[in-house]
Amino acid sequence: MRKQFISTTQDLMAKDERLVVLLGDIGVFGFRNAFEQFPQRIYNIGICEQAMTGMAAGLSKEGLVPVVHSIAPFVVERCLEQLKVDFCYQKLGGNIVSVGGSYDYAALGCTHHCPGDVALLKSLPGAEIVLPGTPQEYDRLFRAAYANGRLTYFRLSERSNAQSFEVEFGRAKIIKQGARATVVAVGTALAPTLTATQDLDVTVLYYTTIAPFDGETLRQNNAGGKIVLVEPFYTGTLAADIHVAIGSTAVALETIGVPHRFLTNYGHAEEHDEAIGLTAAGIRQRVQGFIHG
Amino acid sequence: MHSQLNHLRRQVVAATMATKEGHIPSALSILDIVWTLYDRVLRHDPKNPKDDGRDRFILSKGHGSLALYTVLAERGFFLGEEITRFSTLQSRLGGHPDHNKVPGVEASTGSLGHGLPFGVGVALALRIRKVNRRVFVLVGDGECNEGSVWEAVLLAAHHRLANLTCIVDYNHSTDRALNMGDIAAKFAAFGWAATTVHGHDHAAIESALRASDLQKPSVIVADTIKGFGVKQMEHNPAWHHRSPTPEELASILKELA
Repeated sequence: MRKQFISTTQDLMAKDERLVVLLGDIGVFGFRNAFEQFPQRIYNIGICEQAMTGMAAGLSKEGLVPVVHSIAPFVVERCLEQLKVDFCYQKLGGNIVSVGGSYDYAALGCTHHCPGDVALLKSLPGAEIVLPGTPQEYDRLFRAAYANGRLTYFRLSERSNAQSFEVEFGRAKIIKQGARATVVAVGTALAPTLTATQDLDVTVLYYTTIAPFDGETLRQNNAGGKIVLVEPFYTGTLAADIHVAIGSTAVALETIGVPHRFLTNYGHAEEHDEAIGLTAAGIRQRVQGFIHG
Repeated sequence: MHSQLNHLRRQVVAATMATKEGHIPSALSILDIVWTLYDRVLRHDPKNPKDDGRDRFILSKGHGSLALYTVLAERGFFLGEEITRFSTLQSRLGGHPDHNKVPGVEASTGSLGHGLPFGVGVALALRIRKVNRRVFVLVGDGECNEGSVWEAVLLAAHHRLANLTCIVDYNHSTDRALNMGDIAAKFAAFGWAATTVHGHDHAAIESALRASDLQKPSVIVADTIKGFGVKQMEHNPAWHHRSPTPEELASILKELA
């Protein structure tokens, strides 16, 4: 997805003179062509994410379209107040593109993990949150939303789903329909979810935009009054959205995601998936137990 | 010189009676600076507040909003009578300014340490857009405790944003917490053109505001008195966020007559 981020951005920079890129001292080599072609519109700002975010809002105030890029904890947790005040409260548009979502950089330890970014950003009125599952989906979603006048957070992962879908910004995609339960899979959680449920009689809804949350698609596809939420971030983050979407209808909710504790081991992201059950086998076991329970 | 803006000082003090809210001394600390900026230096058009040919002024220490409101009203951005409804439920004029509500306000501020990074972005944007206009950002000395201010100071110097001028309202309100020492020297060490002025001397302020370096961002460290013009408020922290009793108001208005 990182390569796609660079190629999509460079392509749009050639077409849209408003686009300005601010890098938090990462991705600089990847953007070398942009530095040559558009030296006035791409900057390696350095390691000062608070000022970088405020600066991006200032660019936006003057009609430019900023794209801010760094690792998730630094562009979200470090400068949450800048996102809240400088962008959301002021109603200024811009794009935050992060990498390393949750524990992609497992070996670097908890300072570089960020399974809490989605919950934090959901607390900001008007912020949009996008989790593409593949590079192609990122390209579609970024082009659809980058200049829409709102703060949009694109959460990129080092990992991708095997298959891309023709996703639409702001809309959930119905992947398959069944009777026993509805499985809501977000971003890169779709691949293990599809493997886990391939022979199960369940509906699978694929969410790449989670704020604003497409409650309508969920309401219309609430199979069997049982909903399973598969989130590649802190588990239960979208539970409130699910409940708001279905209103007073009785429903049982099962949440599968990243447990709310520091994952203090190192290793590879896939090893953490195994440890917390965010694998096809782990999801299958939970879904089967839930629909038969 | 001191009595020239007493009509605005009376407005600032009286405005707080509507809801018993407002930071009077913080506003009086910067009133001479803001008034001089709008009266003599800042290109602006009250009939067309978003005109691209304007200079941009960002009040980063948003709690001084009453100074900005009185000056904006005097220039004709909105009617002065609105100030009498300051901070009431439906008023556009709150304790901190909101650019989505108030004509002439460039940024919604309140949380400290936001205006200068925002101003760096505005200054860079003007350069990218080839708009030859200046950006002024007014920060407080206490606000200079914030790390984000110094991040922005580094960035503005590195990117040679000569169209950016920061004014520091050095009224020493920070001294009880964190001694900021020689703020002008600190900015100079970061690569800014730095000057210090008497923050209530209109001619000195004007001269400093007009000067700008061709290569570097500029800082004007203004020596100010918090509560300037109302004797009992000057240097008196008890007044930081309180409004007068009716008796005190009468006495203060008499002093400012």
